[in-house]
Amino acid sequence: MSKAVRLKKGLDIKLLGEADQVKVEAKKPTMVALKPSDFHGLVPKVTLKEGEKVKRGEVVFYDKYNKDVKFVSPVTGTISEILRGEKRRILEIRISVAATDDPVKVNPIDPSSISREEVKSMMLANGLWPFVKQRPLDKIADPSVNPKSIFISAFDSAPLAPDYDFIMHGQDQFFQHGLNALAKLTDGKVNITLNGKDSSDDCFQNAKNVEIHKIIGKHPAGNVGTHIHHFDPIDKGQFVFTLNPQDVVIIGKFFAEGQYDASRIVALTGSEVEERKYYKTIIGARLNKILDGNLTSENVRVISGNALTGRAVEKDGFLGFYDAHITVLPEGDDHKFFLTEGWLAPGFDKFSSHRLFPTWLIPNKRHRLDTNLNGEERGFVVTGEMEKVLPFDILPMQLIKAIMVNDIDAMEQLGIYEIAPEDFALCEYVCTSKIAIQEKIREGLDVIGEECM
Amino acid sequence: MKALKKVIQNLDPKFEKGGKWEKMYPLYETLSTFLFTPKHVTKQGAHIRDGVDLKRTMFMVVLALIPALLFGIYNTGHWYYELQSYLNPEQYGAYSDYLTGFVDKVIYGLFQVLPLVIVSYGVGLGVEFIFGFVRGHGLHEGFLVSGMLIPLTMPADVPLWMVGVATAFAVIIGKEVFGGTGMNIVNIALTARAFLFFAYPTAMTGDKVWKSGTSDIIASNGGVLPDGASGATALGDMASFVGSSPMVSGEALSANASSAELLQKFEGTYDPLHAIIGMIPGSVGETSLIAILLGAGLLLYTGVASWRIILSFFAGGFAFALLMNLIGANAYMDMPAYYHLIIGSFAFGAVFMATDPVTASQTQYGKLWYGFLGGGLAILIRVLNPAYPEGVMLAILFMNIMAPLIDHYVVQANITRRKKRFKIA
Repeated sequence: MSKAVRLKKGLDIKLLGEADQVKVEAKKPTMVALKPSDFHGLVPKVTLKEGEKVKRGEVVFYDKYNKDVKFVSPVTGTISEILRGEKRRILEIRISVAATDDPVKVNPIDPSSISREEVKSMMLANGLWPFVKQRPLDKIADPSVNPKSIFISAFDSAPLAPDYDFIMHGQDQFFQHGLNALAKLTDGKVNITLNGKDSSDDCFQNAKNVEIHKIIGKHPAGNVGTHIHHFDPIDKGQFVFTLNPQDVVIIGKFFAEGQYDASRIVALTGSEVEERKYYKTIIGARLNKILDGNLTSENVRVISGNALTGRAVEKDGFLGFYDAHITVLPEGDDHKFFLTEGWLAPGFDKFSSHRLFPTWLIPNKRHRLDTNLNGEERGFVVTGEMEKVLPFDILPMQLIKAIMVNDIDAMEQLGIYEIAPEDFALCEYVCTSKIAIQEKIREGLDVIGEECM
Repeated sequence: MKALKKVIQNLDPKFEKGGKWEKMYPLYETLSTFLFTPKHVTKQGAHIRDGVDLKRTMFMVVLALIPALLFGIYNTGHWYYELQSYLNPEQYGAYSDYLTGFVDKVIYGLFQVLPLVIVSYGVGLGVEFIFGFVRGHGLHEGFLVSGMLIPLTMPADVPLWMVGVATAFAVIIGKEVFGGTGMNIVNIALTARAFLFFAYPTAMTGDKVWKSGTSDIIASNGGVLPDGASGATALGDMASFVGSSPMVSGEALSANASSAELLQKFEGTYDPLHAIIGMIPGSVGETSLIAILLGAGLLLYTGVASWRIILSFFAGGFAFALLMNLIGANAYMDMPAYYHLIIGSFAFGAVFMATDPVTASQTQYGKLWYGFLGGGLAILIRVLNPAYPEGVMLAILFMNIMAPLIDHYVVQANITRRKKRFKIA
């Protein structure tokens, strides 16, 4: 194991409302949904009609432009509704959950004993491939490429993030099985990066067939993008695959037991939640069973994911495909008087990376932050603020400006192949001019995807 | 407060698109967002945002300028009465002492300086509103700082219409044609000052503008200054040492005097302690190092100004002044290096002008070069080109133009370094 990398840059946003370390079984959802919008750039081709029955693990839709990539139902049930938006784009495929479970079954097999192509085709056919994301472009991995390595982060450093050591405890066997399958996908190594601050769970520490790294620092220390940048950076034309630990378990379980098990432990966090715990539920579950009667007020924002990169969902919305985290924050849709709460207030209730607020004097206080922009959008004025929270050898302002003016050469040279919007979430947070930076990064990646890949 | 909030909530829809007073939206937006942070919420991306916004950042700079403004008001009054003490020794004789007549001096200063501030803000904000209406947005905060900087860089006696013209020129040509706040190439306040410096040099240079009321006194005294009085500044005197008729504070010295003699006389007149406190004539806000450092302290403590720029600007100035000492060809070159940093507008420029984030270098390394070269260039212009006694304004404007070039090299270095990682592997 290499020596721990220490990051000087970054920012830990201390929010109120961490989840207690208690695992409870959530009530079984009556409805789940698959949301094509969870997969950037995907155009789904649905294979089932409304009203048709579907088994757990049965294909529901596939990628129109890459027909091998299939998406399967997390539950046994009936397709109850295909919700469409503008231009008939599919927003949600809702499946009502049947009382009895009837999974699609295949023969269990040890992934170490089969070839790369066999592992790949099993993962593609059974809906496991979408768990594998790729850099560059931060989207579902292209199954035809040969990645130079695979990265799995053993911890999440985002605000109120779930504790993976707690979630993953006792999953050693399936996790290792999943790692063995992933090792087949690359000529390089499968890399696991641990949080160097404290000791990690045995399932990470004792993992075999992998390279283990350690990293110490503030957020985004837990992002795979940070790990890739420091341990095995990507050049143009190279690919790296990334996965979440819980999804590796799902893959491992599939090879070990022969069926798709979409269980997911999610941390319910945020200042507006009463019972903050870890809930065992399933991918795409409707959140009403977890949230009903569990919120302190009506005017809240429910986020599937963390406060920096998650997606807003309704109170009876659905858990995102990749998310192990629900955050509920107060909505900030209220005027704030400038002397008491606004721009000229003392600001003890505002968390800021800038010393313009006294909160940096009380570093351990946890804050109840709302979703107000805290200002209006302006042109870039302040410089140097983003550099402080981006632990990459990348010039954030220059890269963002290159994206804004659509200068592809500059984007390539300044490192767009290495990054994902989530790596720039803190830059967006600290931006004095309130510019939607993650959106800009995504636009840049889209241009690169069209023109250069 | 709740009542006011209700009023705003009721008015909001009337000014929005399709509302009754839609056309007045820019004005309404400016006023309402001043009073209340709007209820805009995040839509995608980061759901929570830092508490900071441009209003708070800019306000901090205005706050940092207050000590310099207050001192400038007093200092303006002091030099007015200092001149009067030569004309009316019976009435004002004691006023040549710095602290005597405090109230009179403050009142005179207020009457001189406040109109400058009002004209600067009035014209500048007026122009900004016109552009705001054309573009359909409210006031952007950039001018809040420029509007305070402009009067502080002026001699107290500059005619108000000139301030108005210069401000309008700076805001329109310097900023709005480029797209407004955050888009300008050169510093707005310095654009205004440079405009006056080149368009109306007699109002901005020489030895008749630095003490308020000089021209009135000359008029009432038969065309000359009273005996013993002088309107010169430290830098003006220094510049005269390089020419054929060296002067210190109006007193002619022998053209054959050695550098050492000249400097001795100079240091006798412009005591370093006086310069640090600010008891010397000059532009309204530039004289007191202490007042400027108070502002610098606030800006550095809050992180609004870049310590890299301030530090390297002073370092660059000091290094080049030492270099001049080494050459030592004339009295100006022999002036002790630290003197350069405490007289003229060196400190004011370093703290408030060079640090403008829009026009400075934007990369962290670039800022060090930008500051160092800016400080050095200011000294070079002072010492080597006596036609411009003060080089700080021109040095910073020049470095504003050069900043993108500095950044270009920093960015190229980053690109090369990033490429190298793959060559080794």
